[in-house]
Amino acid sequence: MGVPVGHYLALSAVLFSIGALGVLLRRNLIVVFMAIELMLNAVNLTFVALARQQQSMDGQVIVFFVMTVAAAEAAVGLAIILANFAQRRTLDADEIDDLRG
Amino acid sequence: MTEFETPLLRLIPLLPLLGAAICMFAASTDRRPLAKIVGPGSVLVAFLLVLFAIARFWQLEEGHSLVDLVSTWIDVSPLRVDLAFRLDALTSVMLLVVAGVGFLIHLYSLGYMHDDPDLPRFFAYLNLFTAAMLVLVLADSLPVLFIGWEGVGLCSYLLIGFWYSDPANADAGRKAFVANRVGDAAFLTGLFLLFWSLAAAGSPTLAFTDVNRLAPELALRSPGIVTAICLLLLVGATGKSAQIPLYIWLPDAMAGPTPVSALIHAATMVTAGVYMMARLSPLFVESPTAMQVVATIGAVTAVFAASIALVQRDLKKILAYSTISQIGYMVLGVGVGAFAAGVFHLMTHAFFKALLFLGAGSVMHALHGELDVFKMGGLKRHLPITSKTFLVGTLAIAGVPPLAAFFSKDMVLEAAFMHGHPVLWLLGVIAAGLTAFYMFRAYFLAFEGESRMDHEVEAHVHESPSTMTIPLVILSVLSIVGGWVGLPHGFLWGDRFGRYLEPVLAQAAHGAHAEGHAVEAGGATPLLLMLVTTAVAFGAIFAAWKMYARPSTVPDEMQARFPRIYDLLWGKYWVDEIYDTFILQPYAAASRFFWKVIDASVIDGTVNGVASFFGGAASAGRRLQTGNVQHYAFAMLLGAVFTAGVYWLWR
Repeated sequence: MGVPVGHYLALSAVLFSIGALGVLLRRNLIVVFMAIELMLNAVNLTFVALARQQQSMDGQVIVFFVMTVAAAEAAVGLAIILANFAQRRTLDADEIDDLRG
Repeated sequence: MTEFETPLLRLIPLLPLLGAAICMFAASTDRRPLAKIVGPGSVLVAFLLVLFAIARFWQLEEGHSLVDLVSTWIDVSPLRVDLAFRLDALTSVMLLVVAGVGFLIHLYSLGYMHDDPDLPRFFAYLNLFTAAMLVLVLADSLPVLFIGWEGVGLCSYLLIGFWYSDPANADAGRKAFVANRVGDAAFLTGLFLLFWSLAAAGSPTLAFTDVNRLAPELALRSPGIVTAICLLLLVGATGKSAQIPLYIWLPDAMAGPTPVSALIHAATMVTAGVYMMARLSPLFVESPTAMQVVATIGAVTAVFAASIALVQRDLKKILAYSTISQIGYMVLGVGVGAFAAGVFHLMTHAFFKALLFLGAGSVMHALHGELDVFKMGGLKRHLPITSKTFLVGTLAIAGVPPLAAFFSKDMVLEAAFMHGHPVLWLLGVIAAGLTAFYMFRAYFLAFEGESRMDHEVEAHVHESPSTMTIPLVILSVLSIVGGWVGLPHGFLWGDRFGRYLEPVLAQAAHGAHAEGHAVEAGGATPLLLMLVTTAVAFGAIFAAWKMYARPSTVPDEMQARFPRIYDLLWGKYWVDEIYDTFILQPYAAASRFFWKVIDASVIDGTVNGVASFFGGAASAGRRLQTGNVQHYAFAMLLGAVFTAGVYWLWR
């Protein structure tokens, strides 16, 4: 008897929510990025847990893809933040409103 | 009725049209001599062509006419109108008047407008008018007539307001055009009604020969429509021919150069309405009601205008009201069924009225523009030719035998009486008396007696150059002999004029049911009527002589004894004021309403409102664009939740 899959899903949901809230509400861009990573990993957890339950490899293969994309996205995103910081000297998300209409 | 085809007819109006173009060119390139030759020249050539064409016409058998089919103009089934000209007996009379008197007036203008810087433009407009008038009289169908009809209306506007730098002249031109336009609207409505009813009867045509041939049939089917058509056409004629109720523009039109007054407002354009009704005589005789209205308007206008002329001081205004009154006679003749008599008076009137106007122009030329007869006097000593020819014209218009108008006026009045309209006859006789009186009043005040001129004016008084006096002499000869083609029954060759026009004009006996009983053609009655009219004329001349030939206090006494009548006449029965209050002001107010309220507030408001709605919506919408990525991420989250929820609920 292992841990019931529901526990994994619940944990994943909580992690995802925390990540989502972080993306939406934190002002420091690095923290926003960390929250994005958190969301991605929560989703990874969901995939693996369900794959285990279904005795299928599909979910775990998807996780590979997700991790790859997460890494690439982190690299690109941090490059953008660095470029932005070079100009503005601030990591405050609220300061970036050049496209305000 | 077979016809003889000839391309000659289209040249007659074409030449003055070309003349107009050349004169406009001369005007813009400052080539005065070109205009001075081409202006009168084109009309002279047109006149010669007219003579040639009429000679050709006289070679045809009676009842036939010359035709010139230029091309198809409108061809939209079932309507087909050809641009075609026709020369028959009636046309020949009109052509001689328009081209002949027209040329004399062009010649006169060479002298009268000699010092005017705008002389080329003047001849351009005058030529254009002549071309349009020739189109009008040569037209073979109502739409082609209407081309000329509109054309003369335009040229009248252009020529009245010729010296447009004075706003009063421009106003007069505009007044003429608007009054004409009202008549034109009625004319067109009548034309549409005519076409519609003819098409309903199976013959969609507007050519005169067809319309006149189908008129009796049309009247049998729908007499009411025929009456309506005739009344509408009559309103059109009152606009063009200055009758009640649309005469108001003619006195104001005296603001234009005097040759214009002579040509347009005496001899030609104002007769277009009479011509149109004569041309459509078979149609008009089918509606006794309309004929009665026509005759009544003619007679009433004749007396009405003559009464206003009694107290006028401006020589040209006297002649203007006289014209309105004389056209009333023509309209009366047409209305009682004596179409030939109406046209006869049209012709004689062209002669003596053009003569009188040109004479007035000669006086103005001599007195540097003075027109108040009370500031003239004794001019016969200074202007021998002008005063003698003016006297001939005055005798003619007063109806003194054996001058022209005696015969034509008498023919109209006799027809009125013999066809059973004694009241209208009486009105005509009264008008004749008034006419003789006010014309001789004008003559005596201007040419006889002691001089009342300003001294500087008097110092420069001189007779006019021969280019002005020769037309005067020619017209005075015509005013004397012009009536001899229409003598009363039994005298010499009788009414050759009437017999000449017989194939073309409807005869009065056909279909005309006069009010009351037609008087039998007794031998003595016409003679008696003639004596009455002549006696009235001589009596009026005598009265005018007593009152005006020598300085007298009688006019002032009359004014003092009948102040209210004098005021009524001097105020021209307040017609202009009545029109202004009851028609023009409400119309202007309605226009302002449509402008300020409907156009500005409603329509512009709606359009601007739609635009500003979108603007407002956009302004509200742009508040979503904060530029903050986290807000956008939240929006994405909401969208994802919404989509998932919809999927979940409506799977």
